[in-house]
Parts: sequence; C-alpha cells; structure tokens
Amino acid sequence: MDTELKDIHPKIIQALLDKETDITVEDALENEMILNMGPQHPATHGVLRLVLRLDGETVIACVPELGYLHRGYEKLAENMSYYEFIPHTDRLDYISPMANNVGWVLAVEKLAGIEAPPRAQYIRMMIAELARITSHLVAIGAFAMDVGALTVFLWTLREREKVLDIWDILCGARFTNSYARIGGVANDAQPEALAKVKWFIDQFEENLAECEKLLNTNRIFIERVDGVGAISKEEAIDLGFTGPNIRASGLAYDLRRAQPYLKYSEIDFDIPVYTEGDCLARYFVRLDEMRESTKIVRQVLDKMPQGEVLLNQPKKVLPHKTEVYSKMEELIHDFMIVNFGINPPAGEIYHAIEGSKGELGFYLVSKGEGHPWKCKIRSPSFNNIQVLPKILVGHMISDVVAIIGSIDPIMGEADK
Amino acid sequence: MDIKELVLQKLKENFPDINFETIDYLDELTVKFPKESVVKVCDFLKSDTALEFLFCEDVTAIDWAKRKDRFTVVYHIYSFKNNFRLRLKADVDESDCSIDSVTSVWKGANWQERETYDMYGIKFNNHSDLRRMYMPEDFEYHPLRKDFPLMGIPGSIPLPKK
Amino acid sequence: MGLESLLKQDGYFTTKVDALVAWARKSSVWPMPMGISCCAIEMMAVGDPKYDIARFGSEVMRFTPRQCDLMIVAGTVTYKMAPVVKKIYDQMPDPKWVIAMGACTASGGIYRTYSVVQGIDQFLPVDCYLAGCPPRPDNLLNALIMIQDKIGRTKASDFKNAKSPELELTSSN
Repeated sequence: MDTELKDIHPKIIQALLDKETDITVEDALENEMILNMGPQHPATHGVLRLVLRLDGETVIACVPELGYLHRGYEKLAENMSYYEFIPHTDRLDYISPMANNVGWVLAVEKLAGIEAPPRAQYIRMMIAELARITSHLVAIGAFAMDVGALTVFLWTLREREKVLDIWDILCGARFTNSYARIGGVANDAQPEALAKVKWFIDQFEENLAECEKLLNTNRIFIERVDGVGAISKEEAIDLGFTGPNIRASGLAYDLRRAQPYLKYSEIDFDIPVYTEGDCLARYFVRLDEMRESTKIVRQVLDKMPQGEVLLNQPKKVLPHKTEVYSKMEELIHDFMIVNFGINPPAGEIYHAIEGSKGELGFYLVSKGEGHPWKCKIRSPSFNNIQVLPKILVGHMISDVVAIIGSIDPIMGEADK
Repeated sequence: MDIKELVLQKLKENFPDINFETIDYLDELTVKFPKESVVKVCDFLKSDTALEFLFCEDVTAIDWAKRKDRFTVVYHIYSFKNNFRLRLKADVDESDCSIDSVTSVWKGANWQERETYDMYGIKFNNHSDLRRMYMPEDFEYHPLRKDFPLMGIPGSIPLPKK
Repeated sequence: MGLESLLKQDGYFTTKVDALVAWARKSSVWPMPMGISCCAIEMMAVGDPKYDIARFGSEVMRFTPRQCDLMIVAGTVTYKMAPVVKKIYDQMPDPKWVIAMGACTASGGIYRTYSVVQGIDQFLPVDCYLAGCPPRPDNLLNALIMIQDKIGRTKASDFKNAKSPELELTSSN
C-alpha cells in the first residue's frame, strides 16, 4: 500500500478524496482502499491510468490520469507544413488511420478554399467507411476479450486482416497509410483493389453474423454487460460524449447527417440509435454501424465516377511526379510547395468529421504562412474518457473493465 | 430568419452594454467579447429556449506572441436544435492570466480547461480541480507557449537510470 | 518419425547441458507485451491467425512481468511513461531480453518533441531493434527469430550469478 501511494501524486489523491459522492453501499465495510489501475494493464486499452477509491469492491470515486502518451502533436503542427503533418495524423486514432487523414485533409482544404475532384471524394468515403469497420471490429473484439470471450477477438482480427490487405494493394502500406492528400488522394484506386473491396463486402455480413452468434445469446456475456454503465442522454450531452456512445444513449447525432462532408448527402444510410445507454446498447450500436457501413460502401462502389484523383491547381496541390520531372511550371510549384508550404489565406476554421470514436475536429488558425499558427485536435476519446468518473461510481471493479471496453478509448488520440 | 442573425440579435438584446465583435469567415460565425462576461453570455446561450447551445465541443487558447492581449481563449459550442456551431472568443492578457471557468454551464468543459491550463498557463477561476492534464505535476513550464522550444528543456523531466 | 526413429534400441542421447538449456529457453520465449501505441496493434496482429506467433513457441502473451522473459516495447515511450517501463523491466526475472519495436523506441521516431524519449536505450538495455513505423508483423517475427538465435548461443553459466535487481521498495512493517 505504501509503494502505491508514493507513486500517486498528492494532488490526485486529494482530488480523489474530495470527490463528492452520493452513493451509499449496503453493508458498507468501512474499509476504503485506493487502488491504482496503472498505465500498464491488459484491459485499459492503452496507457490509461485509473486511480480508484474503493469500498470493498465497489467504486466510490475514480480519477483518470492521462498524459502517458503525450507526444506533442499540436506543437509539432506549428513547426511543419500542412503536407508534412499528414503522416502524423495517421498515428492519432491508430486503429482507423485512414479516417484521420481524411479529416485533416478536409480541414486544410476548407481553409485553403479548394475542393477535391468527385472520384477522389468517393474514394475517400470508401476508405473512411472501411476504416470505421476495422475500428469497430477491434472495439468489439477487445470488448469481448476483456469480458472473457476470447474467440471473438481472433475472428474479428481475421476479418480486419482482409481490409488491411486491401489497403496494402491500394496504397502500399497495411497500416498508417497517409493515403489522402490535400486536393485528392495519393494515387488512383486500382481495379484489383476495388474488386477486392467488393469481395470483402460480399462475404463480410455472414462472418459478422457468426461472431454475433457467439455473443448475442451468450448468457454470461449478456449478464455481464446488460444494465452496466448506463448514462442518460442529458448527462451525456453535458459531458461532451460523441460517436456511437451517445447514439446508444438516445441522441441521433451523426456528423455525416448533421453537417455532411464529402458526398454523404447523396448516399442513403440509417443511423442506429438505442435508448438504454448501457454497455450492451453501445455494443449493438457498433454492430449495426458496421452493417450500415457495408451499405454505404456498396453504394459508393456503384456510384464512383471516372476521372482524375488529384486536383489540378498547382499553387496549392502537389503536382504528380511524372509532370514534375517533365514540365518546368510544375517543377517550380513543387519546389515552392515543399519548401514554403501552401500558404492559405489568413483566418481560422473548425472542421469536424464523424470518426469511428466520435467527433474528430481540427481547429486551424492560419496567418498566411506555410505552417499553421495553431492547430487544435478535438479528439473524441479525450472527451469520452471524461465521462468515466461519472459512470463508474457504484459499480464493481469487474464492471470497470467492461465499461472501459464499451466506451472504446484510444490513448493515441486522447493524449495527442 | 437566418440563425446567425437570430443569435446576434438575441445577444445584442440581452447584453446591450457588451461590445460584441463578430466575424463571419467561410460560413462560420465568431463572436468576441471581453473576458469578464464569459459566464453570463455562455449561460444565456445555453438556457435560451430558441438557441439551446447544449453542447460544448472544444475549449482552447491561441498564443499570439505579442505584448498586449497575448492569449485568446476560444470556445466552440453547438446547438442540436438549430444544427448550428458558434465560436466564442475572449482575450486574456499575460499580466492577469486568468478567466472564469464555464464548468458551471457545461460540465464537459472541465477537462478541456485543464488541458488549456497545462499547455498555456491560463488559470480558470472557480474550476473545481485545476490540475495539469498531460505533463507531470511538477513540470514547471507550459509547453504550447511560443517561447517554449520544440525539443524541450533538457533535464526538465527526469529519466530513470540504466 | 521424429526422434524415436533414430533410436535403434534403448539408446542414449548425449548433448551438452548448455545446448539443452538454451534450446529449451529459446523454444518457449514468452513475450511481455509492453503495448503503448500504434506498434501494439501490429503486435496484436502477430497474435492473430494470419501471422501466428504461437507456432514459434510464444504461445501466451502474459501481461504479468513475473512470468515472462522477453519484453517487446511497442510504441512511443514518453518521459512520463519511462519510469513505468523501467519498473516493469525490473520486475522481470533473469534471464530477460528486450526488443525495441518500431522507430519510436529505437530513436524517438517521427516525434522530435519535448515529451518523447529519443530512444529507449537511454534507460533500458536493448537486444534487438526493429525498423518500421509500424514494422510489419513479419518483421516482428523476424526479430523474434533473431532473439531465439541469440538465446541459442548463450551458455547456462551466463546467468548463474544473476542478482535480483534492487527495487525501490519501502520495507513493509
């Protein structure tokens, strides 16, 4: 007990003891303990540290501590140009890297006042939805593994490997791809990649149904998860919850519908909403969202137009390499953009997309130079973890693991 | 009427003594006001039945690296009813580096304000638990200020021995 | 087939003790996944059915340091996280090896900032460095095979006098 307390900063212990709590425990043991679910823990989904105040096994108060993966993204962004930051955005929500690229590139395009050609927008939509599918697969797999169903994790990872193969063909990297570019995407989608996407979508629903069969009627899973970690709609809105978590609490807020970006206004899809707000509802929302994503990808494959994938505006968009090597104008523009940046006009914007965890927003302030004056990344996991001290009160320690798994935080994003 | 005009009109009606500066750039509305009135304005924006800005998306700050009004605290709030996003700004001078906290209005601003305090050093009055967010508690500097070097100050955080 | 086909009658099997012990050690290396960020996802992928790590002997990834002999540091180590990594490394019993997976652990990676340790060899002894951001799972398997070769060359006498490291503990009364 002494070594534990020595590691925890006195301010955190003070915050823990100060927490107002209105919970009453039956048969209170009068025996409080401070437990450290440290940064290295199999079930905390990354380096999240939870300091819990317990009475026996019931949680009375909880103080999360972040910062163990703080890599200084915002300061990095102030020192490098908009193009150079694209690989860094991959590592934010590292389970669905394509979606972060698309978010950053959309924000910069809004600031610079350009728009990508239609084929590039459809390709971006396709990869963003595939990224959402992979992210939910890992979320469900890790959630089930934490609760005890180990097989589901291996089956969902097997499905995820197929998507990673698709990305390997599409842009050369399995993971952390940096595929989106300012003004389009890096290279055209090969017919082989598109055929493989179609094959994947066709066989995905059956495999997902198999994984579901293991869990939906499994009594142990349901009893462990049903009714645990419930949060009401008003509290969730006040605390800043977004994404599948708030759709499980009854609010139909999806940025693809509320403030459509890319070509989502032309695609027909539903938004699954459940009202209970507990872990089981969050699990069902993620399952349904994966099915909606397959619907979206099918429509995108049908509607994808032919055309170029990179905008032809040499002052703001890096020209294609073959043109750089053969034409003089493009060579000069390539040099200017790489060395000095794209120099958008002075001003500021905030652009948010519906990432797989919630609302991923970029707030950019530009002074007319090649690098942003300020970049703020509004990460969904940061605000989602803020709800934990409220939800965990009154639950047992074993429920803590289930609740964190259902909220699905990614520390790379929360710590920036 | 247009939602932007509605917001501005309501603000002017209810706070006639505050001088609002508005900027409308790329279809986004920004309202700037002095920092003393931040809690009053935010409370009004949340509780007004026509506006209902229930959701606080983001709280952050900008460091302009100039002598007067060095920092600007920026709030992004969203209204589900009108599907409208608004940006609020308040200037903070370095000599009196503090502003009132809006956690009494939106609880979700709690951690965002702690992060802004950690990164910029702006204190939030009446905040229930103003600790550092990312850097260790005994770190002495504020990393996102413009005078802090990117590589950090060697020796500011100790490393375990081999 | 197998070893029994070589034994004609009641046979004996002669080898050096070193070879036997080294063979046993290297065929069942249990890794301790210090999964911190993106490289941890590729480490999870090494455990999945496509790039099975169990066929190399690393059947289980135990999350408790007391039962492991190989620590795979996967992800960016920040100054705040470094004492935690060191504490877990100290808790592992001898003999132990460390793989530094990815560019961030080898040299700070793409993050040259105020909060990232520029290379974990500043506070941990590393046996194998992996390049990549993140390295492909095949690359991690390659590193595991290199570590297994390294273990295969050790002698049993290398670890005879290994002292348990001093942990900073207050004595419990």
